[in-house]
Amino acid sequence: MTQTLEAEPRVSRADSPDEPCFARFIDVQKSYDGVELVVKGFNLDIRRGEFVTLLGPSGSGKTTCLMMMAGFETPTHGQILLKNEPINDLPPHKRGIGMVFQNYALFPHMTVAENLAFPLEVRHLSKAEIERKVERALAMVRLDGFGDRRPAQLSGGQQQRVALARALVFEPELVLMDEPLGALDKNLREEMQYEIKRIHADLGVTMIYVTHDQTEALTMSDRIAVFNDGVVQQLASPDTLYEQPDNAFVAYFIGENNRLQGEVVELDGERCAVRLDSGEHVIAKPVAVDAVGARTTLSLRPERVALVSAESAQPLDNRFTAKVLEVIYLGDHLRTRLSVCGNDEFIIKTPNADGFATLRPGDTVDVGWTFRDCRALDA
Amino acid sequence: MSDSSSYPLTTADGVPLKTSLRRAVRRSRLKALLLVSPLLAFLLIAFVMPIAEMLWRSVDNPEVATALPRTAEALADWNGEALPDEAVYAALAADLEAGDKARSLGKMASRLNYEKSGMRSAVMGTARRIEGVEPPYKPALIAINADWGELATWRVIQRESSPYTLSYYLAAIDRQYSPDGDIVAVPEYMQVYVGLFWRTFWMSAVITLLTLLLGYPVAFLLANLPLRHSNLLMILVLLPFWTSLLVRTTTWIAILQSQGVLNDIMVAVGLIADDARWQMIHNKTGTIIAMTHILLPFMILPLYSVMKTIPPSYMRAARSLGGKPLLSFRRVYFPLTIPGIAAGGILVFILSIGYYITPALVGGQSGRFITNYIAYHMQTSLNWGLAAAIASILLLVVIVLYMLFNRLIGVDKVKLG
Repeated sequence: MTQTLEAEPRVSRADSPDEPCFARFIDVQKSYDGVELVVKGFNLDIRRGEFVTLLGPSGSGKTTCLMMMAGFETPTHGQILLKNEPINDLPPHKRGIGMVFQNYALFPHMTVAENLAFPLEVRHLSKAEIERKVERALAMVRLDGFGDRRPAQLSGGQQQRVALARALVFEPELVLMDEPLGALDKNLREEMQYEIKRIHADLGVTMIYVTHDQTEALTMSDRIAVFNDGVVQQLASPDTLYEQPDNAFVAYFIGENNRLQGEVVELDGERCAVRLDSGEHVIAKPVAVDAVGARTTLSLRPERVALVSAESAQPLDNRFTAKVLEVIYLGDHLRTRLSVCGNDEFIIKTPNADGFATLRPGDTVDVGWTFRDCRALDA
Repeated sequence: MSDSSSYPLTTADGVPLKTSLRRAVRRSRLKALLLVSPLLAFLLIAFVMPIAEMLWRSVDNPEVATALPRTAEALADWNGEALPDEAVYAALAADLEAGDKARSLGKMASRLNYEKSGMRSAVMGTARRIEGVEPPYKPALIAINADWGELATWRVIQRESSPYTLSYYLAAIDRQYSPDGDIVAVPEYMQVYVGLFWRTFWMSAVITLLTLLLGYPVAFLLANLPLRHSNLLMILVLLPFWTSLLVRTTTWIAILQSQGVLNDIMVAVGLIADDARWQMIHNKTGTIIAMTHILLPFMILPLYSVMKTIPPSYMRAARSLGGKPLLSFRRVYFPLTIPGIAAGGILVFILSIGYYITPALVGGQSGRFITNYIAYHMQTSLNWGLAAAIASILLLVVIVLYMLFNRLIGVDKVKLG
């Protein structure tokens, strides 16, 4: 192994020319019962040092993929490569992959230090070295002096740190995390997200992270694979995923999203006109529509919708009159539900700051957006 | 600390909080008590009282004190170093005369005979001829039976006229009082019970170990199979409970006896010669095989209940950290199942040392347990005191084991299913 815990802080070595990809899933399929495929043709290339998140609702196959990488499940079809070596038939203990489990899986009958020493003992390291590494790992997760405690004596966040330290203490090149923050409360979860990010940056270790929490995925990842129904819907960086979703599922799953249903009536490469079911025409950017007459779902982020005053002449492609149905106060911003083009669930977000009009239920306002922010996706 | 510790808390209307709380929960306590009262009453009558009775009987010693009240009183201050004086002999004469008339001497005579042979004939013979004997009684009684002139006789009477005795317990561990009143081992040819206790304990230990070896993998499967399969397996484990114990035991006789199924098969396939059939029943082997089978569920269920609480992620974590399967099992899984092993072990061991029917049916002479002798003394020899003493020792062993278990593991870890 080339990496050590005391290594210089490094950024991703993604561009190393002699190693095109560090870990690969090639056409991986998995079925538990021989009737249904849980994972349908999964392909993923992971570069060294990358933080890749598998994101999706429960039952979408993301955890199964992680378990196949760890070696606890065998692919029904396809290949998994690690450093260009097929590892399909390699038992888990020979893969040298660190793993953090959903409920930490700290051994309850061992102390924290014994938990951390376990992977080092099975590798027959010397006692002094084990002690040194355990101490360093504890310091890395800021738990110095906790070595003699039992896992049950620690809080959830501390247990999480220990689990993280244990998965890293033997210096694996790849670390898998299966919804590691799911059991923590919101504040602690956010704190741990930054902690994991920091460790990832410090060690330069490659991480595959599974979660169903899109905020978590957006905060932490270099790239995100959005899973649904055993298929990767889109694999992209967080900003691409959020701003340029490929299909309706991704748009719906990542972030908040206003949806308008309609039919394409005009299509000219860069823009298209859509006649909504309620009769209005909207100019949108065609993403997943290929012909005039196709059904489409228009996706529009709430923060990209502007409130326009009647006299202002902003160059917006789409302008409609809306009725305010509900205003929810959220501290830093106001979330306002409108009725637009027959859609009563149309949400806009306005900052809670000077210069923004205060809306009240019953008011009538004009809203507008550019065609670029309005993506015409599959129906 | 704060004010709350110096002043008792009160409710809004000034009633102390504790009183108020007690009042509030009294009703629900009463209801709970009513709900369990039938069972409590049943347990009291069917469980607590018989055990108390048994403990009482193991030390109870009324025969001599009832049949020879005057003698017992006269002997109370005797120092035991020289023959008692005339007053004691006179008291004995009066007791024997009264007892002879009331025909109430038999039990006492047998009781004394347990302690010193010849006492039955001494008592009964003297009683028959006591009428018309004139004082002084001392030479007269000695003339009738020379035993009355022996120090040992009087020592036995003095010792056994106490309403409590340890002699049943001594007998239960192959000890007795010597004529001088010391505790000594009984002659070797009469020693029975210590050997039987040991045999009961080591055979129970072997049975416990066998159930553990056979039950551990089954419990593991039960805890880790998908629900559909584990339900079926669980039914198979519980199946023996639905069959009569007697049927299961006699089935083993049919299988294991020398003309039985197993021997027939082995002869048929030429594994053993027809005249060298294995003796697998009516000996220790038979007892161990049959009891291992019968007690297996009691090992599997506690093991299963503990294993079910061990998430599979522990083993996965150990594997992913680089532990080979066997090492991961030894270092991670096995230590977590120790409460189950202890619970199952203690359960099987305790059930096993108290088992009666199976050793009685398949144990023969060499595979008998101590319980079979308790039954013998209850039903055949009618020495209930000895039966009670043996049973009390067994009870003591069980209590000690239980306390050890509770100290080491904690009894709250025992769950069935």
